[in-house]
Amino acid sequence: MELFQVQVTMTDLLVIAPELALTGFALVILLMSAFARPERRGFLGYTALLGVVAAMVSLYWGIGVEASAFGGMVRIDPLSFFFKAMILLICLLIVLVSLGYAKREGIGFGEYYVLILFAAVGMMLMASGVNLLIIFLGLEVMSISIYILAGIMRDDTRSVEAAFKYFLLGAFASAFLLYGIALIYASTGTLDLAGIGRVLAEQSWISGRPILITGVALLTVGFGFKLALVPFHMWTPDVYEGAPTSITAFMATGVKAAGFAAFVRVFFYALPSLQAHWTQIMWILAVATMTVGNIIALSQSNIKRMLAYSSIAHAGYILVAFVAGNELGISGILFYLLAYVFMNIGAFTVVILLGKKGEENTLIGDYAGIGYHHPLLALAMAVFMFSLAGVPPTAGFMAKFYVFSAAVKADYYWLAVIGVLNSAVAAYYYLRVLIYMYFREPEREQAIGGFSPAAVLAIIISVWGVLQMGILPSAFLALARQSIQFLL
Amino acid sequence: MLNTYVPVLFLIGLAVFFAVFAVGVSHLLGPRRVNPVKASPYECGMITLGPTHQAVPIKYYIIAMLFLVFDLEVVFLYPWAIVFRKLGVFGFVEMMIFVFILLIGFIYVWKKGALEWE
Repeated sequence: MELFQVQVTMTDLLVIAPELALTGFALVILLMSAFARPERRGFLGYTALLGVVAAMVSLYWGIGVEASAFGGMVRIDPLSFFFKAMILLICLLIVLVSLGYAKREGIGFGEYYVLILFAAVGMMLMASGVNLLIIFLGLEVMSISIYILAGIMRDDTRSVEAAFKYFLLGAFASAFLLYGIALIYASTGTLDLAGIGRVLAEQSWISGRPILITGVALLTVGFGFKLALVPFHMWTPDVYEGAPTSITAFMATGVKAAGFAAFVRVFFYALPSLQAHWTQIMWILAVATMTVGNIIALSQSNIKRMLAYSSIAHAGYILVAFVAGNELGISGILFYLLAYVFMNIGAFTVVILLGKKGEENTLIGDYAGIGYHHPLLALAMAVFMFSLAGVPPTAGFMAKFYVFSAAVKADYYWLAVIGVLNSAVAAYYYLRVLIYMYFREPEREQAIGGFSPAAVLAIIISVWGVLQMGILPSAFLALARQSIQFLL
Repeated sequence: MLNTYVPVLFLIGLAVFFAVFAVGVSHLLGPRRVNPVKASPYECGMITLGPTHQAVPIKYYIIAMLFLVFDLEVVFLYPWAIVFRKLGVFGFVEMMIFVFILLIGFIYVWKKGALEWE
């Protein structure tokens, strides 16, 4: 009767305290949205904000705690702490941006915030799960919430198309991931990441078995889809373009952060003995992802599509660090993701503020002359574009610097060269936005559609993050290094 | 390692043989008397009236979805009830939390009017 000796201790609850806080607030908001009168639903967004802050406080309480919970299913350690903090930061920024945006677009009902919080719970479970089943569960909680969020503008056909496309392809990719998990279980006999690592280290003959290699390959496909790696990226531009802009920012940062958290943990924690096998695959994926993302981004005239391809390219840069696999590489992944959060959410927030209800100014041509009419907003956009292009003294430059120097240190010279060449290509389409903003006459009068103080606060936080990480990166890098120390 | 799969292989062979044998023998030996009624797609029932591909009211989908959610709840409740005494207080509390979360969903669905037919 060993099975029934289940106990939930305080440690268990402390480990998942942020998830519990978010779930609790999400349920409260769900009830409130059902009972509140339509005209009084404005405070639902603020309740969501409170929920995120509560989750942050509970995460802060558990600082320094390193423990497994629920029979070794989830784990709080420096790595999951870093990613949980990053996911909550993303969540905070997205809710701040949404306060004005959701109202303008008429999607300010409670379900929108509830789903954001549930998606964040899924992301945090992915980041802290040390069992393949929990990682899969977290991925599904996150994905299902985001399928709905992508289509939450029900009257907009592009939004519905985005949701439908993402759902069909996402469900397909989940099947790949699950099949990969099943094959890994079949060959190692355990789903526990540390257990898989132990089995592979002790019985090295398993490592060469086709069934295990196939499992790892399928796992890569499943994760590759969520992270929008080439050649699993086909859905990205359409979904990013059709989804509400705030959700696009959430997908580009949150899903990527959670995906890479699980990716790093599975590959460096459970499968390090197979590194020789998967490094070659990752090398090819990294080169393909960077090159295809950047080259297609060159010809985009729609800013949301441009940013979608740019997010593909950035996933490629992160993979460069993944291939390097040394200490600087893995901490570079964390640093890069954090930098990407600030610059990407910042850029999307500017896109939101320059849009109007139903008709978002998503063509780059529409940004002509913004620099004269809205100098501060254009300045913020310039900072984000410089950072995305990787120009010092911004976070994007330092992130790229760490990633490429990790590749050089690990003797992947060609990879570093291809990465640097790609950054040079990418500069063209980021700087084109600046040229439109500052050197072109406006084609028509621009008015800010949904100016909201909360979104301005989100921009200020993002600008601060981009500059702080670019000018004084050592504190952030030290934090990232500390977070991955136990993996090495 | 692979030796353990020999019985499975044998069974597959046997299954294929049996299927081919049964169909083949009845094809060879069986009498064939074709008539129009037998050749028609439906041999039984009434002739359908009007188009068969009709739009189904979307309400059915909502009902089906809600049914799935609460039906799965019951699926969880049955095994829980069987081992209820062994699980003790922990199991009780755990299930109450589960039911409570579903209850919130139920209240939400009710309040939103998804249970009303008109």
